[in-house]
Amino acid sequence: MKAPKSLAIPYAVWVLIFTVVPLGLVVGFAMTDQDGSLTLENIFAMSEYMSVLFRSILFAIIATVICLLIAFPASYIISRASAINQSTLVVLLMVPMWINFLLRTYAWMTLLEQNGLINRLLGLIGLGPYNLINNSGAVILGMVYNYLPFMILPLYSVMVKIDQSIIEAAQDLGSNKLRLVRKVILPLSMPGISTGVIAVFVPSVSTFIISRMLGGGTNDLIGDIIEMQFSGNSYNPHLGSAMALVLMIIVLFMMSLFNQFGSEEDVIL
Amino acid sequence: MENTIISLRNAVVEYDGEQILKNISLDIIDKQFVTLLGPSGCGKTTTLRIIGGFAEMASGELLFNGVSIKNLPPHKRQVNTVFQKYALFPHLNIYENIAFGLRIQKLPEDEIRERVGEMLELVNMRGYEKRSIHSLSGGQQQRIAIARALVNRPKVLLLDEPLGALDLKLRKDMQIELKRMQQDLEITFIYVTHDQEEALTMSDTVVVMRDGMIQQIGTPQDIYNEPINAFVADFIGESNIIDGIMRRDFLVEFAGKEFVCVDKGFGKDELVDVVIRPEDIKVVPQQEGAIVGVVQDVIFKGVHYEMTVDALGYNWIIHSTRSEEPGSIIGMNVTPEDIHIMHKSEDE
Repeated sequence: MKAPKSLAIPYAVWVLIFTVVPLGLVVGFAMTDQDGSLTLENIFAMSEYMSVLFRSILFAIIATVICLLIAFPASYIISRASAINQSTLVVLLMVPMWINFLLRTYAWMTLLEQNGLINRLLGLIGLGPYNLINNSGAVILGMVYNYLPFMILPLYSVMVKIDQSIIEAAQDLGSNKLRLVRKVILPLSMPGISTGVIAVFVPSVSTFIISRMLGGGTNDLIGDIIEMQFSGNSYNPHLGSAMALVLMIIVLFMMSLFNQFGSEEDVIL
Repeated sequence: MENTIISLRNAVVEYDGEQILKNISLDIIDKQFVTLLGPSGCGKTTTLRIIGGFAEMASGELLFNGVSIKNLPPHKRQVNTVFQKYALFPHLNIYENIAFGLRIQKLPEDEIRERVGEMLELVNMRGYEKRSIHSLSGGQQQRIAIARALVNRPKVLLLDEPLGALDLKLRKDMQIELKRMQQDLEITFIYVTHDQEEALTMSDTVVVMRDGMIQQIGTPQDIYNEPINAFVADFIGESNIIDGIMRRDFLVEFAGKEFVCVDKGFGKDELVDVVIRPEDIKVVPQQEGAIVGVVQDVIFKGVHYEMTVDALGYNWIIHSTRSEEPGSIIGMNVTPEDIHIMHKSEDE
């Protein structure tokens, strides 16, 4: 049955008010100076922050790859478990997400601190204290921890649809475990991988809370710089809008590149 | 000249503390079409999965050409499987589905092309190479699944109710084609089905199973003509199964009368099952019949009429090319050779 087009009106209004109009405002702010006259100055001013932008993208890529490496086997194991175990494991995965994002990240601070839980435990066996926080590793850890479920859920929901008999057929035709993964499970999981990659990469590349709380001010990401332009002491919404715009274009470009790669992969395999 | 290619010895399979297979021993003879036949839950698919490497035995031995393959993973066994739900790879086209096993063996491209072509020829699917599997009907998908398994030139092909999802006409055609393939390729087929007619049509050897145990092994003729017990008789074709008493050798009493039969070696006055095929009962005028009954019901079945006749406390099923009016009184005769005497099954 075809749904009447009028059902799309609420969503269209929503998108108009909260996506199209703000996007227009961002473009408008980015292309003007304080006096309201057109300029590209804000875009050129970005060059000062290229290293921060580069670091943001690098961290986000590393976090995405780690998430994928953890999530792929985890999702496969969940998808092959009995129905009861599957729902238990998925709920366990979701439980941390019911707790506030800030609280979860604070919890990592108290774990990783100089006199935090981990260092104190290590101290008991005569090790440490180690510098676990305020470095790039802690920021990436924060990203992986917070966004891992966004990788597992789409992967799991694709993998659970792979019929066990297809896996058995691959084994029957001579696939060992490695070939089974490479020639059957990986290509069949591609839709889940591309969804998961976007769901982890996009929030990772634009986060500012994680880097502020776990990065100790020495690992600022582009999200931190943008946030400062709006609520910090270097108030400049024009520059902030320009940065947001450039970041958005870069993300869109990378995603389309990735999707291209993803769909080609399907054909080759 | 008959070589045993697969030998299952005292196989026991347990699942959740329940015995699925209870001590099964079975020799599969090379180049034969062997059918595992039985109702659902009898253990026939489990037996097939043991041979394929997808089910584990709690105890027992599995020999392939005399060598144990019990602990060999599926991908190292010289058998291939045609799965019940076809299990084709949805991300690959038809050519790549069939080529899958050959690519794993890393064969040269021109050999792959040649062998895939041969297989498409064999299953009458030439010209479909580039098609996606989603564009095929169930029957066509099954042909591709058969080609994908046979392209690896297995010694033994395992088929798990491969025709179950097809309609009757297509199923009959495929039965004949499968039999032809098996004879042309000269390899062993082990075929699982619950359809007794399918088993009789295609097999060299039929293995009738029930409740995780083998009931009878034999040629289709053996199984049909000399069923070993009432279960086999009833499962293979329709049967009238009547309680009887063996009065002495060659004399059985059932339905209150004594009949001459050709069986001997039972205990005196042993309680037995008497099995009579519906087509072996002759309809005669009332005064000539050994048994007299009233026709209850007549159904036209195409080749014959199936009549239910009430006589001496039993509902007899008779297959006859002539029909009688419901309510009419008829006589029934049966020759001694058509009376089959069987020991009562232990669990009944």
